[in-house]
Amino acid sequence: MTSAQAQETGSERTGIFPIEVAGVEVLCDWRGAAYVPNHRLLTISDLHFEKGSSFARRGSFVPPYDTHETLGRVARIVEDYDPAVVVCLGDSFHDDNGHDRIPDEIFKDIVRLEDGRDWCWISGNHDPSAPSKLPGFSADELAIGGLVFRHEPHADSAAGEISGHLHPAARIFRRGRTVRRTCFACDRNRLIMPAFGAFTGSLNVLAPAYESLFDWPRMQALLLGDRRIYPIPATHLVPDRSCVIKEKSRHRA
Amino acid sequence: MEQIPNLLQAPAHTLLPERFSNWFSGRGWTLREHQEKLLIEAAAGQSSLLIAPTGAGKTLAGFLPSLIDLSQRPKRKPGEPFRGVHTLYVSPLKALAVDIHRNLQMPVDEIGLKISLETRSGDTPVHKRQRQKLNPPDILLTTPEQLALLIASKEAGRFFAGLKYCIFDELHSLVTSKRGHLLALGLARLRSLQPEIQTIGLSATVADPQSLCRWLVPQITRNAKARLITVPGGVKPEIAILDSANRVPWSGHSARYAVSDIYRAILAHKTTLLFVNTRSQAELLFQELWRANDDNLPIALHHGSLDAGQRRRVEKAMEANSLRAVVATSTLDLGIDWGDVDLVIHVGAPKGASRLAQRIGRSNHRMDEPSKAILVPANRFEVLECRAALEASTAGAQDTPALLDGAIDVLAQHVLGTACAGPFHADELYGEITTAQPYSKLDRKTFDRVIEFVATGGYALKTYERYARIRKTSDGRWRISNPRVAQQYRLNVGTIIEAPMLNVRLTRQRGKGGNVRGGPVLGKIEETFLEALSPGDTFLFAGKVLRFEGIRENECYASSAPGVDAKVPYYAGGKFPLSTYLADTVRKMLAEPGRWQSLPPQVSGWLKLQQQFSALPARDELLVETFPRAERYYMVMYPFEGRLAHQTLGMLLTRRLERAGARPLGFVATDYALSVWALRDIGRMFRSGEYPLRELLDEDMLGDDLEAWLAESWLLKRTFRNCALIAGLIEKRHPGKEKTGRQMTVSADLIYDVLRSHEPDHILLQATRTDAAAGLLDVRRLAEMLSRIPDRIVHKDLNEISPLAVPVMLEIGKESVVGSANDALLEELVMEMDELVGSQ
Repeated sequence: MTSAQAQETGSERTGIFPIEVAGVEVLCDWRGAAYVPNHRLLTISDLHFEKGSSFARRGSFVPPYDTHETLGRVARIVEDYDPAVVVCLGDSFHDDNGHDRIPDEIFKDIVRLEDGRDWCWISGNHDPSAPSKLPGFSADELAIGGLVFRHEPHADSAAGEISGHLHPAARIFRRGRTVRRTCFACDRNRLIMPAFGAFTGSLNVLAPAYESLFDWPRMQALLLGDRRIYPIPATHLVPDRSCVIKEKSRHRA
Repeated sequence: MEQIPNLLQAPAHTLLPERFSNWFSGRGWTLREHQEKLLIEAAAGQSSLLIAPTGAGKTLAGFLPSLIDLSQRPKRKPGEPFRGVHTLYVSPLKALAVDIHRNLQMPVDEIGLKISLETRSGDTPVHKRQRQKLNPPDILLTTPEQLALLIASKEAGRFFAGLKYCIFDELHSLVTSKRGHLLALGLARLRSLQPEIQTIGLSATVADPQSLCRWLVPQITRNAKARLITVPGGVKPEIAILDSANRVPWSGHSARYAVSDIYRAILAHKTTLLFVNTRSQAELLFQELWRANDDNLPIALHHGSLDAGQRRRVEKAMEANSLRAVVATSTLDLGIDWGDVDLVIHVGAPKGASRLAQRIGRSNHRMDEPSKAILVPANRFEVLECRAALEASTAGAQDTPALLDGAIDVLAQHVLGTACAGPFHADELYGEITTAQPYSKLDRKTFDRVIEFVATGGYALKTYERYARIRKTSDGRWRISNPRVAQQYRLNVGTIIEAPMLNVRLTRQRGKGGNVRGGPVLGKIEETFLEALSPGDTFLFAGKVLRFEGIRENECYASSAPGVDAKVPYYAGGKFPLSTYLADTVRKMLAEPGRWQSLPPQVSGWLKLQQQFSALPARDELLVETFPRAERYYMVMYPFEGRLAHQTLGMLLTRRLERAGARPLGFVATDYALSVWALRDIGRMFRSGEYPLRELLDEDMLGDDLEAWLAESWLLKRTFRNCALIAGLIEKRHPGKEKTGRQMTVSADLIYDVLRSHEPDHILLQATRTDAAAGLLDVRRLAEMLSRIPDRIVHKDLNEISPLAVPVMLEIGKESVVGSANDALLEELVMEMDELVGSQ
């Protein structure tokens, strides 16, 4: 599929929201993936494969189906876009031994999915080592045509960074009710991807961790809905706890 | 068994040792009939259920067999190092255990018995708990959770080695919940440790005492039951419905209109107990009374969210008779005996006849004088409900809920607890737990699945074997795989799942630098409520108007804002559904205009108006009204099946109306009625036959529609979360540990979604569906209604709102529309912003 075709079908498909990151067109998909038509590149972040078994090791038996579930979602998106390049933005495995615990069948499914395209495993804080047994290449970051892909966003990064790590979510408060969703967080220079894994939690974009990352007047959250993306500017978002009183600095009188 | 006739002939004094009879006569008392009966049964080795109204000397009766036995126990021999607990007393409330301790110590001291009495609860300091394990008291007063912890310890066998009596107080309130299931399993365990123990249940009047009799004894034979001893009720209470000169409002729950009347009643009595249904009602009523309190009467507030110290102070003042009135929620519901209460005022709907009777029983603890109570309806429908409750009280009707089968999640918790105490054989444990009444019908297959669940999560995909929490060893017994499992168990024991709460700390108003200083903790408040506040918002808490300053760590900082009206109302909704019995009585009342004369004129006038304008349904009919209003079309129906059943119905009807093309926008449910609104004229759709009303209300909605809705419902997700917490699939949040944050745990919602799509018949999902159907959704009640009404639906297509519809219509906007698509809110926001951009 050419980029033009992707866009064409994209406009028919609901739930795709185009943005620009440092002037490059990026299509945000309601399922939590982003597609760069110019490079036929699909990116997903924070898959956290084998989070279930990681918990089970500590005696908490959450269902063992998370890898299967997450991979199924990845596969559907990959089939839809048929990208030339797939970039997994780090924390693809919940821990560094995660890829060793992947059941054989699922392992084969991943290999099959990688077939015929370039697959890049960006390293994350949960999975600093490369998944040696899986095909594809590993990198700490990847720069392609004005965009740079890495796991953790850099506060002083130049324009064009696409990252993950923070698991952004946003919350609105309206008529006495609140809605909280995972989201893409972006301004014109930077995009932070939602966490894709089936068992991944999230962190509100108004939390301090994001404070230095955005040009706030231009920041917007793209909330994931059912076959829809809801773009909401930062001014209309609320934190999870409505007012966090900051500790008064000890240095001041 | 043969001994009983002999014993019956034996005079009471042979049962009552001299020391005891001297004490009785010294106080001018004689042994009451039920006390004697209980002694006879106990002497014959029987377990008993004592059903008695308050003031009948129930507690003393329950403890007498144990006190007498202890008084005759040979002295501890020198060198005999250890004696286990002799009598275990379990009550649903910590406060009740403390209260009983106080009341029991008096006869023990006066008779001169050498008996040690101690309480044990979550508040008991660690050093005392440890000491208790080494040197147990003769009588231990505790709660179901503490019992679970005790039997899960390795020393349980030794601790309970001398156990003879188990006394369960307020049994009626324990058995209807998961706490009751946990307790029943604990009792089965105790019986395995000490097969001869006798149980004594103390209960208020219930609809089905036989089920409680079964609960008390091992269900080994058909018809195994404890002996039932019933004390006939004392003098009938004098109950009146407040006759206020002020206008009774259409809707709402504040009863503000009646405050001056309530105040006058307080003035005219020594001590008044004011019961309300929710914490927020308590706060509101207290605030209003304080405003009306020109005489500076000592009036106090008591509810479960208040700081424990504050509650203890109120209880002490109550005991010393130094209060004129206390506004209270269910924390004071149970048999706590404080002071000389001579009036009970029940503000708001009573919700159940038995529930009301128990609350009224709090006043005037003398059986030969009538208790006095005033019911204060907060709105016009509640007038009907109060009237129905009053009539039920006169007739002595009972509507306590039936006992449910034991919950699976509770069983999972118990299985792990059992393993923590020591290795077990699955066959033996199955034999044991099926002696517990709630689990007597549990099949072996389900039990084995529960064991699998405890061991490795019980998944069809067996990948967690190597991480098992309990393992079957070569001797065929299950044992915990490492000590950490026992630690985890101890932190997660219990079945009470509380909403995350934050401390409310009173502080000074925030300065310019954002500086706040700590002050006293007033109590705890739900995090979800605080999340909706902005700094500067005012709300009612601990009897004060507070200004929200912000949240730091796990505390809410608030400053005092006297003289300000609390801006943010908080109404969590009635926790108790209207009982089927009262609902039926209310329907009957509506259908019989002859009975309206017992109602206040403003209410009977309202009903007459409804009769002229629309219709009043006959007792077995369902009235459905449709009318247009402000570019919307409304459908209001009056099933009187309680809020939960109506909510479920509302969800299902909106789905169906959506499919029929009526474009429904939302609904709101009260205990009495349901209102649905849409963009298309629903009435016309019914009338024209495009979508017949009968089709809309067809029973088949409880099939696929219910399934489909349930799957997505937040109600089911919440139920799943509770099951997962109780069963130990996810861990409880512990104060001070929240910092680990959202990313460190897997949320129950995500687990639910994954499990539902990959293993929909997982045991925990089954448990969730069972729970939800019985509890939050009230599906059973809905099913009964739907099967009752097919030929009895009365449709009135009106031009405007009817008098009967006003109350539910006033709830629109006040109550959030639960569960309706959250996407709609997002959509709305996005559209508004588009318009904003467009207009620029």
